[in-house]
Order: sequence, then C-alpha cells, then structure tokens
Amino acid sequence: MTALAPPPVRVADRSTSTGGRSKSVVWMVLPALVMFAAFGIIPLLGVLGLSFTQWDGIGAINPAGADNWFSVLSEPGLLHALWVTFLIMALSWVFQTPVSLLIGVFLASRKRYRGFLAVLYFIPLLLSSAAIAITFSALLNPNFGLGAGLGVEFLNQDWLGQSNLAIATLIFVVSWQFIPFHSLIYQGGVRQIPTSMYEAAQIDGAGRVRTFFSITLPQLKYTIITSSTLMVVGSLTFFDLIFVLTAGGPGDATRVLALEMYQTGFRANLMGPASVIAVILVLVGLGLALLLRRLGGGSASDSQLEGA
Amino acid sequence: MERSPISRRTLLSLTAAAGAGAALAACGSSGPGTSSGGGKAGTASYWFLTGQPGEGIRQAAAERFNKANPDTKLQFTAFENDAYKAKIKTAIGAGQAPTLIWGWGGGGLKSYVDAGQVEDLTDWFGQNAPIKDKLFPTSFGPATINNKIYAMPCETVQPIVLYYNKKVFDQAGAKPPQSWGEMMALVETFKGKGITPFSLAGKSRWTNMMWLEFLLDRIGGPEVFQSVFEGEKDAWSNPAVTDMLTKLVQLIDAGGFGKGYSSVDAGNNADQALLYTGKAAMMLHGGWTYGSMKNDGGKFVADGNLGWMNFPGVEGGKGDPTDTVGNPGQYLAISSKATAEQKETAKKFFQTGVLDADETKAWINDGGSVPVVKGTESVLAASPDAAFLKFVYDTSVNAKVFAQSWDQALSPTAAEALLDNIAKLFQKQVSPQQWVTNMNQVIGK
Repeated sequence: MTALAPPPVRVADRSTSTGGRSKSVVWMVLPALVMFAAFGIIPLLGVLGLSFTQWDGIGAINPAGADNWFSVLSEPGLLHALWVTFLIMALSWVFQTPVSLLIGVFLASRKRYRGFLAVLYFIPLLLSSAAIAITFSALLNPNFGLGAGLGVEFLNQDWLGQSNLAIATLIFVVSWQFIPFHSLIYQGGVRQIPTSMYEAAQIDGAGRVRTFFSITLPQLKYTIITSSTLMVVGSLTFFDLIFVLTAGGPGDATRVLALEMYQTGFRANLMGPASVIAVILVLVGLGLALLLRRLGGGSASDSQLEGA
Repeated sequence: MERSPISRRTLLSLTAAAGAGAALAACGSSGPGTSSGGGKAGTASYWFLTGQPGEGIRQAAAERFNKANPDTKLQFTAFENDAYKAKIKTAIGAGQAPTLIWGWGGGGLKSYVDAGQVEDLTDWFGQNAPIKDKLFPTSFGPATINNKIYAMPCETVQPIVLYYNKKVFDQAGAKPPQSWGEMMALVETFKGKGITPFSLAGKSRWTNMMWLEFLLDRIGGPEVFQSVFEGEKDAWSNPAVTDMLTKLVQLIDAGGFGKGYSSVDAGNNADQALLYTGKAAMMLHGGWTYGSMKNDGGKFVADGNLGWMNFPGVEGGKGDPTDTVGNPGQYLAISSKATAEQKETAKKFFQTGVLDADETKAWINDGGSVPVVKGTESVLAASPDAAFLKFVYDTSVNAKVFAQSWDQALSPTAAEALLDNIAKLFQKQVSPQQWVTNMNQVIGK
C-alpha cells in the first residue's frame, strides 16, 4: 500500500486520487471530514429541514411544507435585505481592494520601519467587531460625539441616522476593520513575486507606475481573487458590527440578510422562515465563491510557487 | 424590548456588574433543570439579570432564603439582559429551563404556556390568598393567560413617565404641558431656543413605541389596543390608530425629536444624558430612568431640576389621562419540567422569599423604585426619593388601566413586526395607512 501511494503533493489533483491507490489518503482526510460533517453538513441539513417546518423555538415542531419558502420569497423584506447585502458587499469591495492593495505593496517594498508600520496598521484587526462598533457609535453620536465635542460643523452629521449616510459610514467602519487583514494578504502576495522580474523591468527602464501595472498587478491576480473571495463571502456574515452599530436602522436601511435572519428567528420566534433565509444565505455565499473561482480560471487555489 | 430597570444602567455600572456576574456564575454552575451540583433533590435553579442595584437585591433575597432553608436551596445564576433573553428561550425550547423562570410576563409568558412549559399557579394562589392579596392587583394582568395565573409578580412597578428639565423650562418661561396641543406648542418654544423639545432614543425602537402607546390610549382609550391584544380582526383599522399615527408624524415633521434622534441608543442612556445636560427639554421614558439619571446626571436630580408627570390628555380624546402603561411588574414562573421537589422549593420561595420585608425595603431605598407590594407608603415616604416614588406609587395604584407595554403584551412575532413598523414610520418608510395594513396582517400571530 505504501509503495503504491502517490506522492502527497499530487493529492490535490482529483483525477489521480481515485481508486484503491489512495486508501491512506482517505484515512488522512477522515478526521477533517468527520469534523466538517459534524459541524458543517449536519447542522446545514438541520436548517434545511427546519425551513419546511413551523416552530417558535419553544413548542412542538410542526411540518409546514413549502409555506415558509413561499412566504419569505414573496415578502419585500427579503428582497430589500438581499439588495442591502449586495450593496454593502459591492461597496466594501470597491473601497477596500484598492486601498489594501496599495498598503500591501507599500509595506512589502519598504524595508525601514516595516515592522513598526505593520503593527500600527494591524491594530484594528485585533479588536472585536463589537468593540469597534461601540467605539464608532460613540464617536459618531450626533449629540455627544466627535463633531459636537470638537465643534467641527462638518463632523457634526447624523452619521448613523440617515439611510445613505448610515450605509456609507458602515462601509467606512467595515473597511477600517478589514483593510489591515487584506493588506497582510497582499503584502504576502507581493513578496512572493520573484525579484528577478523587477530587475528585468528596471533594466528595461520601466518606472514605478509601469512596474506596478505590468508586473505587480498581474502577478497578484490570484491574491486578488483570494482576497476578494474572502471579502465577498465574509461580507455576507457581517452581523455583529451592523447589529451593534445601527441595529439594521435607521428603519431598515442597513438590514442585511444575516440580520434579517436573526430578527426573524430570535426576535420574532419564527424559526421556519429564519431557516429559509439561512439557506438562501448559504446558497448566495456558495454561488459567489464559485463565481469568483470561475473568474480566476478555476486554478486560483493551485500553487503559484513554480509558475511565477 | 429589553426594558428592565437593570439594563438601562450606565456602561459604568455594567462593567461593575460584570465582575459580580463572573463571581455569581461560579455559584450557579449546575445545569439548569437538574438537581446535580447542589447535591440535594430540593435544590431549585433560578436565573435572573445582572446589573446593579437589581442584581444585588435579587442575590440577597436568594441568599436569605438559602440561609433559612438549608435543605431546599436556590441555586442562582445571573445573566446580562440580552444574553438572558436568548438563553432562556433556547433553554426552555431544549427542555433545560431553570426551575424559576424570570421574565416580563405577557406575550413571552404566553408562548411558554402554549408550549406547556410552565406551571399553572391558579390553584396555588387560591390556596395562598394572603400572598396574592399582598401584591398590586394590576400586576397580575401580564401573569394571567386564558384566565389562569402562570407566574408570580415580583420586583417593581415601572410606569412610563413624561420627564422634563425644570431649569430649561424656567429659562424658556414655559410650563409643563397639560394637553397634546400644549405639547405641540412647546416644540416651537424650545426649537426657538436651540433646545431639542423631546429626547428620544430612536435606534432602540421600543422607545418610539412609548409615544404610540400613550397617544393611542389618550385618543381612543385602552379598548383599542385591547382589541388588538385579543386578536380581533383588523383591530388596527380603528380610526383612533390613524389619528394617533398622523399626530405622531406631525410631531416628527415639526422637529419634536430634534435632528439625530434616529441614531440615539437607549442602551447607553444617551437619551437621558440629553435631558439632564439641558440639550433636550422633555423625555418620555420608563420609571427606571430616574435611578440612572440620579446616578449619572451629577446634581441634576439632587438639585430638584428633574420634573415628572403623567402623559397629558389629547383634546377631544376618549382616553382617561390617569391611565398609564409600562411594566406592571416582573414575573417568576415555575418550569413544568422541574421535579416535584424543585417545584416545592420554588413555591416555598414564593411564600417566604419573594418581596419579603427586606427585599421590599431594598427596592425602595437602594433601587429607587416602587415594589409591587401594597402598604409600603410609610417606607416610600421615608426614602430620599420620596417625591418621585410617591408619584410612581400613586400613578400605578390610581390608574384605571395600567396597560402592559405593547412589545411585552404581544407575542414575540407580533411584537417584532410592531417594532419594525414603528421604526419605519419614524423614518417615513411607511405611511400611517400602510402601517395599519401591515400591522393588521400580524394580528393574533
């Protein structure tokens, strides 16, 4: 058995890991599979099951057929939450990607103070979302916050009390929180690029901007896809931050899918419809992840070390 | 929704409570609904809320009971307000409820009753008439479901009060409003002085609801909401409801709540701060805010700058201006999943522990509130907060109708729809007509 086992590097390749030859591989995968089934698949199936029932979380569970699905899908609340979710996703991607890319490139090339700067940039990453939300809501408080305290008229807006402003503020806070993480990814990506390519560019007389667009950016293709996937799928689960910062308000201006699910399930005690929203959330996340993978040519997860 | 005297305390006292909570958690380590940990079969579990001064008062009452009953003890655990709400629901759903279920009565209690999770206490109260007679009769309303009593009222009565800043009123040469018309007139008076007429924590949603509750009562009388509560079809279509919503929209449009109200959070008492710093002239809020304004407001309360009154009447309205709304009490139910011994312990606690003389005094003197016990006038009068406590006592006792807050009275499903639509009304995302249509759809749900 051991003699026939393929080298471990090729395990990722699906086409060769079939048949009896990979028995040892199956055993190696088993612990992870068990965990994934116990904490991933089984709860997921449970939620799918719950979405066809009527349950208030306390009493008996009654079958409800597809009623929940019809009622949730026909409700304007779901469409609105989907729209807000996609809006926040798109805006936070548009805002975060260029900024974290630039910071990442900057951090990767600069040798002096790199450690110090890295620590400084990464501080937001260390704070919990709830702490960040509480801090920002205090700073942005229209009566006792930064604007009122400093007496600066421009800062004295009702940041979280007006629909458009609240979404913009939310994007800012989200970016403040997650740009450090994505900068870290980009920094790593940039430092993977062989220096020989930059030397060649230098010999060809390319300037800094030209080098960035002709070498750094194309070489970061997979890093961008990885970062974007994390960003996009991660933004589906923004919950704690929005919950504490705006509670979905004003009105329902910032009520994303995850918040809609929570309110339906744990506030209104409608576990069936909440499960429907949860399943939709999973499907949307899965769809987006697959789409991004397709955009990356399907090979984004392959090793890049040799192909550079 | 998360209205309780405790949760409204400041962040400061919350952090102080966190330490105490951690210490308490060590006491109540056993699993809920089981007799393990405590060792004896009669040990009953009891969950309640953190946050001073309530937490200390609850803890002291349980400890006194344990001292007097070494064989049948209470094992208590304290939870932060929001954590408790999520935990208790899950625990009951999983059949792991504590013996004593602390709560707000009303719609939440009804959902436990419908699921057969709590004991029917009607007969017990019949046999123990002195215990029933000791408490405010109004406090039994939210404990009564289908004419049966499922919980024992405990702790304090918390009507909603119209507070005002006397200093600001003096500066503006204004008088406390005696009618809705005068309230609307005061909006212009205070706006002219650069003062927000009414402080409102719009982000918290239930804070907005207090305005609807009073206005509807004053315009249409208590029967209008009662018919909603009873699940009558299209009960929100009563013209009094549209009148109430229209008046409220007029107040919003007139700038009655100032500029940034929709992002003000009651959770950190920012709305109270507006009142005691003089940035706002009036505030409609629960009786529990008196204590926190006294704590946080510097000398504001001590210097007698805080004024209070019941919500005034509306010209031509059917309602009685002595009516009030709020929390007629807090509630203790017994889990039907508990063992016979645990239930006995719980009932013994009801007989000798809940609102005993010491606890009653503590709620008045340390808690600054009125317990749901009759005949405390002399203790109230001797308290440093005698004037306010007398007002709360009189309001609660003299009210012809002491309605429970809507979000507590209704089922969780209807309450969430209500709060959602109220938030949208305040943002003008729904018109009064749409509001009525939306709310009619969830009647009886």
